[in-house]
Amino acid sequence: MSFAEYSEIIQEGDVVIIFLGHESMMPIKVQSGAQTQTRYGAIRHSSDLIGQRFGSKVTCSKGGWVYVLHPTPELWTVNLPHRTQILYTTDIANITLMLELKPGSVVCESGTGSGSLSHSIIRTIAPTGHLHTVEFHAQRAEKAMQEFKEHKVSHLVTVRNQDVCKDGFGITGIADAVFLDIPSPWEAITHAKSAMKRKGGRLCSFSPCIEQVQRTCEALLDHGFEEICTLEVLLRVHDVRAINLPLPDFGPEEGSADTPNTGNTSVICRTATPPREMAGHTGYLTFATKPRD
Amino acid sequence: MAESVNDSDAESRISFGDYVVLKRGDVFKSVQVENKKKVIFEKQWFFLDNAVGQLFGTRFEIEAGGSLKLKAAKHSGDSLDSKEAGQDNRHILDDGKSQKLTRDDIETLKEQGLKGQEIVQQLIDNSTTFKDKTEFAQEKYIKKKKKNHLRYDTLAQILTLGNIHAGSKILVFETCAGLVLGSVMERMGGFGSVIQMYPGGGPTRAGMESFGFPSHFHETLHEFPLCKVNALLAGTLDLSEKDADGNRRSESSQETSGVSEERSSEPQSMEVSVDPQEEMRRVERERLREQKAQEKKVKMEEKRKKLASAAALLEGRNADGLVIASRFHPCPVLMGLLKFIAPSRPFVVYCQYREPLIECYTKLREQGGAISLRLTDSWLRHYQVLPNRTHPVLLMSGGGGYLLSGTTVAADAAKTRNQQKSEEPVAKRLKLDEISSA
Repeated sequence: MSFAEYSEIIQEGDVVIIFLGHESMMPIKVQSGAQTQTRYGAIRHSSDLIGQRFGSKVTCSKGGWVYVLHPTPELWTVNLPHRTQILYTTDIANITLMLELKPGSVVCESGTGSGSLSHSIIRTIAPTGHLHTVEFHAQRAEKAMQEFKEHKVSHLVTVRNQDVCKDGFGITGIADAVFLDIPSPWEAITHAKSAMKRKGGRLCSFSPCIEQVQRTCEALLDHGFEEICTLEVLLRVHDVRAINLPLPDFGPEEGSADTPNTGNTSVICRTATPPREMAGHTGYLTFATKPRD
Repeated sequence: MAESVNDSDAESRISFGDYVVLKRGDVFKSVQVENKKKVIFEKQWFFLDNAVGQLFGTRFEIEAGGSLKLKAAKHSGDSLDSKEAGQDNRHILDDGKSQKLTRDDIETLKEQGLKGQEIVQQLIDNSTTFKDKTEFAQEKYIKKKKKNHLRYDTLAQILTLGNIHAGSKILVFETCAGLVLGSVMERMGGFGSVIQMYPGGGPTRAGMESFGFPSHFHETLHEFPLCKVNALLAGTLDLSEKDADGNRRSESSQETSGVSEERSSEPQSMEVSVDPQEEMRRVERERLREQKAQEKKVKMEEKRKKLASAAALLEGRNADGLVIASRFHPCPVLMGLLKFIAPSRPFVVYCQYREPLIECYTKLREQGGAISLRLTDSWLRHYQVLPNRTHPVLLMSGGGGYLLSGTTVAADAAKTRNQQKSEEPVAKRLKLDEISSA
């Protein structure tokens, strides 16, 4: 198992995702001899997990059952332990496409935060790319490093514990793309520019507040960035349901010999209702291109 | 111009045969660079010949006669200067380092009597975003919308929800002229394999070609016809070698060719008059016929080999992902192709409309074998960000189509409805009053 490569059989040391039912999942680290308690009973790692195929059904000690899933960055995003506010898949997907990330890309990111986006980037740039991620909070940087190691992707990422606005990303002239999710992105634009390749690259800055966006766009303009564009993407999840609609009774039809109550009194429709509230605002995404030097 | 060429720039130079993207303002077009071939873009005809050897990202002017000329970049110094020196607005247009002008700025310049319609063109790097920007530009300029309109934010979701990455084995079924296929291949980076399922005669790949992938990427691309899926699943797919007539190749094939040769030589012995010219023509015709038969044989063998290699990848039923984006009803496509996917792998289905995906959802819940089903669509809103003039500009919603995504799990051997793990709260049944008979 690795977050950047599929495997078929669960092994000791793997991180797996236990699916318990309706939007209920949890990550666990597989260890020989260990047990994990769930509401359906205990899962014995040695007998229930190790050697089983990913996607299998596992019966727990109390008789209920769960599924064991192969980890993916998307599953990780909804299951990871939050140290900070994180980016969710909808934003991540658009960032990935608009930064043109692909295998071999060299990417700079700050701040690492809880590693939600980091895992996604690593998966996309593997096996030949590299992620340089900067986190100014020492503990979070340490935790991120630990997780990358556990998830078997540490060879694809370098974590630096420093302040990106003062010290930059730790590398220059090699990045295809730079991502900023910091309180004052305009202070990091100079470093972002110098981190990028001479031939140019893409930049993205994520900010919850429009004032931050305005200052960032101005800084981008001043530094010669082009194609500056700010957007916001929202996902709408539709609730698929079967609904039962009663049919009206207009009384017996004139001249009809039918006895009443032989027809259907209700009909079942399949529909999808949008949720009552749209997904909340996460942040504005500002993209720009650094042209060739 | 390019006296001392830096080696690292070599791959950034335009060559004949390259696919490039022409850009003027917000309008993009993908074309192939061909010798002396006229190209039309933004109501202008021109040749791309002079672009060869130049770097991607270069700006050109179109001269009378249709040839491209390098746009001289004037070094005007800081953009800060051009912002403050309000009078020198023409400067902003001419300067190669100039920032992209907003609508407001252009309006101001027009008012001042400047010919803002100076033709500036750029050739920019191949990427997925070109197509995405084209989609956006189409919205903006109210061009005719394609039938199967896939918006780039929807495409972004497909690629990420599908966990498309290097080294996996992905099944793709699309009728988006190869755009989805190309995007998937770009994310695979030439590692792993992509099997394109196709309806009818052959796979459409025009859009994929525009990505300009290196040739080794094409080795990871396979195709398999839908009409042979059932045979493959049943294990009855015939992959044996065949001769030109489609008959199973056996030892007798050598004899048949020998016989045909004999037959062709027979008329000769029966000829009464031996006209040398006539003879030559006959021999020539015979030669051509055999050449054609040989070519046909080679083609069929190639086709067979391709089919066999795709079948080999499929029959393990362990593909890592499934992407469907077509005009076909998604339900049967999904139910049919899911059989080839390993457990604990994502699948994503795009449909322009919601109802067919509701059907898929319902069917999957009944059948089992899939969890975390989600029916979604995304809204995309652009903003104009300018000092004191910041506001939303464009809201794209609904028109981007819908996605059904989920994860496969091991299918139950003996499945009862009771065993199904409930994934959504039970739909509230509306109470029926007992209607007394009239």
